[in-house]
Amino acid sequence: MTRPASVYYYATCLVDLLYPRAGLAGMQLLRAAGIDVVLPRDQTCCGQPAFNSGYRDEALAVARAQLDAFPGDAPIVVPSGSCAGMIKHHWPELFASQPDARRAQAVAERVYELTEFLVDVLDVRLEDLGEPLQVAIHSSCSARREMGVADRIERLVGQLEGVEVLVQQRAAECCGFGGTFAVKQGDVSGAMVKDKTDALRATGAARVISQDCGCLMNIGGAFEFQGDGPRTQHIAEFLWERTGGRVS
Amino acid sequence: MNQTDAFHRRIDEALHNAQLRQNFRSALTGIMARRAEQFPDETQLQALRDQARAVRANALVRQPELLERLEAKLTENGIQVHWAEGPDEANAIIHGILERAGAKTVVKGKSMVSEETGLNHYLEHHGIEVIESDLGEYIIQLAEEPPSHIVAPAIHKNRREVAELFQRFHPEIPYTEDIDQLTQSARVVLRDRFANADAGISGVNFAVAETGTLCLVENEGNGRLSTTAPRVHVAITGIEKVVERLSDVPPLLEILTKSATGQPITTYFNMISRPRQPGELDGPEAVHLVLLDNGRSRIRVDDELLDTLRCIRCGACINHCPVYVQLGGHAYGTVYPGPIGIALEPQRIGIHKVGTLTSACTLCGACGEVCPVRIPLPKLINRLRAEAVDGLRAGTAVRGHGSMRKPAEAGVWLLWRWLYTAPSRYRLFTRLATRLRWMTPPWLGAWTRYRCAPRPAQRTLHELAREEGFRNE
Amino acid sequence: MSDSRERILARLRANRPIEVPTPTVYAKPLGWDREHCIASFMQRMQAVRGEVHRIARDAWVDWLAGELPARGIHHLLAGNGDVGDRLASALPASIRLSRYDHPIEQWKPALFNDIDAAITHARAGLAESGSIVLWPDANEPRLMSLAPPIHIALLDSHKLHENFAAMIAAEHWANGMPTNALLISGPSKTADIEQTLAYGIHGPKQLITLLLD
Repeated sequence: MTRPASVYYYATCLVDLLYPRAGLAGMQLLRAAGIDVVLPRDQTCCGQPAFNSGYRDEALAVARAQLDAFPGDAPIVVPSGSCAGMIKHHWPELFASQPDARRAQAVAERVYELTEFLVDVLDVRLEDLGEPLQVAIHSSCSARREMGVADRIERLVGQLEGVEVLVQQRAAECCGFGGTFAVKQGDVSGAMVKDKTDALRATGAARVISQDCGCLMNIGGAFEFQGDGPRTQHIAEFLWERTGGRVS
Repeated sequence: MNQTDAFHRRIDEALHNAQLRQNFRSALTGIMARRAEQFPDETQLQALRDQARAVRANALVRQPELLERLEAKLTENGIQVHWAEGPDEANAIIHGILERAGAKTVVKGKSMVSEETGLNHYLEHHGIEVIESDLGEYIIQLAEEPPSHIVAPAIHKNRREVAELFQRFHPEIPYTEDIDQLTQSARVVLRDRFANADAGISGVNFAVAETGTLCLVENEGNGRLSTTAPRVHVAITGIEKVVERLSDVPPLLEILTKSATGQPITTYFNMISRPRQPGELDGPEAVHLVLLDNGRSRIRVDDELLDTLRCIRCGACINHCPVYVQLGGHAYGTVYPGPIGIALEPQRIGIHKVGTLTSACTLCGACGEVCPVRIPLPKLINRLRAEAVDGLRAGTAVRGHGSMRKPAEAGVWLLWRWLYTAPSRYRLFTRLATRLRWMTPPWLGAWTRYRCAPRPAQRTLHELAREEGFRNE
Repeated sequence: MSDSRERILARLRANRPIEVPTPTVYAKPLGWDREHCIASFMQRMQAVRGEVHRIARDAWVDWLAGELPARGIHHLLAGNGDVGDRLASALPASIRLSRYDHPIEQWKPALFNDIDAAITHARAGLAESGSIVLWPDANEPRLMSLAPPIHIALLDSHKLHENFAAMIAAEHWANGMPTNALLISGPSKTADIEQTLAYGIHGPKQLITLLLD
């Protein structure tokens, strides 16, 4: 698509409450690239937690409550692969045969994951001001498979001259978060995040970055629990920190 | 014990078995790499998946007609066709065939459908000796265990464990942990069995309606021996295995072997269309096919869930599942483990019996990405989660619909809905959560057994954005 | 039993899923010439430890007469056709030639235990997958390519097809299938212990293809 003058920003409930700095960094990156960013006040959650737990009526009700928040046709940018995937791919399914199915479809079609938008639509140029740093990237499963945008984060980080990317073993393997999976199958999830943190730690990277705060909450929480591990950070916050807003 | 507690107990056992987990991790890492090597060209892979999906989808839509054509053609070819609603009937049919043939010993090729019916136990109970002849199946038959993988049944055992089994059951053979020597031992032990068995039992990979042909895919030759050396051959298969045309087979074969074991083709592709004909000097004098429904026709009623039946049993979804690699197949407690098991078994057996399997999935999508017939496994698993907790009495055709709905859990989601459908309530909630963040419990059940608890930030994004001058209206 | 048939079919007929288009017939034309086909066949077959020897059309009898004793093969099984006839007069006296000329029931233990190698024709070959194609018949029964530890196959190099799809189309297989048709790609193998490949489990330990020009 052509470069829009303004975009809506979909905070996601997780970012709003737990990782607002990451969310803000995403907005600042967009603004630095010359985009007017609107954060609609009446957004809450895409409905994914209930949808993935089998509670489709509840998911539908919450998803429906988002429809009025994004009038017009400006793109909707989401700093999360899984929330973007929920809206883009599952809303049409969730709203199927509902009276507002077409509205939901129209919103779905306007959704971009943040790194996807930065690369595909804005084709941003990043200037790296930071010290040399080794990072490992963990792409979320939703960004990788549902949205098909796992390479965007790599391309963005690839623009940073001082940053070296170290590749973890089994990069495509899920970190074990899976929303309510982490609670319903807590021990399996714990085993999975153990393997994931081992693989990430083994890279020797000083920092782990991802497009999804769900993965970061899981991986970062595990590193903290283990008392040893690299810092985890959302890609938006990382890029904002490295570029100080030198984005074009 | 209810199904969820039982599942958690099996999971607990698996997670505490370091050797088992190491065996799976190492085996699956190799299989995934070998599969990837077979598909160097992404475009060709996707085209082949499209073709395989189309062939299977077509066969399912036209299933009744194709089954009748298959039956007519097989009958014309001299192969006797039997139909079974469920396991008991299938077992009784097979026992009847063996009894009439005076068969006392049976060599069996690999068949997951016979695992569904518990055929070995049934026959042994009726005084017929059954020898599993696939090396992996033979190993677990000695160990008295079910398969832990649909393609590699003994994948959970390492060479030392196999060596110990052989030592126990064949003390005449010198102990060895060398895989080549273990393989040779199995050859020697099983050779007499093939030569002397009265009947052979096998599964079927594809049944071709057009020509009345049963196709078997294998590497060892045990499938060929089981279907060639004895006087009688009984094949058992699910009714979904029928395909329309012989020309449908090459794409299925190619994507099956590449997806399953990372082989461009298996050693043997065995196409059986007739029993021994006059003048022919070997091959079974009688060939039977048992077509088993066992819940399949019910699955086909639903236009979405129908996709489950496209499966060609390659096991790629299992090999790529990040949950399966932690647990292995036995933890699932069903004949089919892994993603295809999670999708298939609750439909086949009922949500009230095994619906809890649907929790063993992060919806990461790795399974759906590799499925050679494009079964949307994450979508199906998610659908079954909805089936499990749906509060509507008038449900769908899925057995055990709504049987896992718990008032407390449903109440939590109702509360969530109440909070998140009204932005004003949501704002109040986030405001409270951020201001009272010091009250966040440091202990959050299973989460904090492995991780520190997340804490709300001091300010929400909405607040920060306003401070930074963003429009928030 | 017939009740089950009727019930199953009735349930299936009662529901007609959304129609899907009939899939096109799969073809995967590779555009390979004969030499390319031969090279691929040999490479693929050798990759799974299948032996391939490219020799002149009429040289196979002499090749075997020299090679079999060298490999310690003492007892060779041939079918009832021309292959056995030609070998009968050409093999050295040290090699016993048996013919598969009576039903298996009369000599099963001998077939499984006494034969070192069996020789058959291959009806065709597949270049892409490195497979030989057999239609066993009264002259060359099914167990010949299966029970003895070594299987020797004679394949006319002009009978190589690019792949399975091309072969069944060119030879109109759908018009009539034999009792048994086989694609064989290498000697028998298994990976059931630790996913480690081991050759020679239940079928032949060696597959020797003589590719005849």
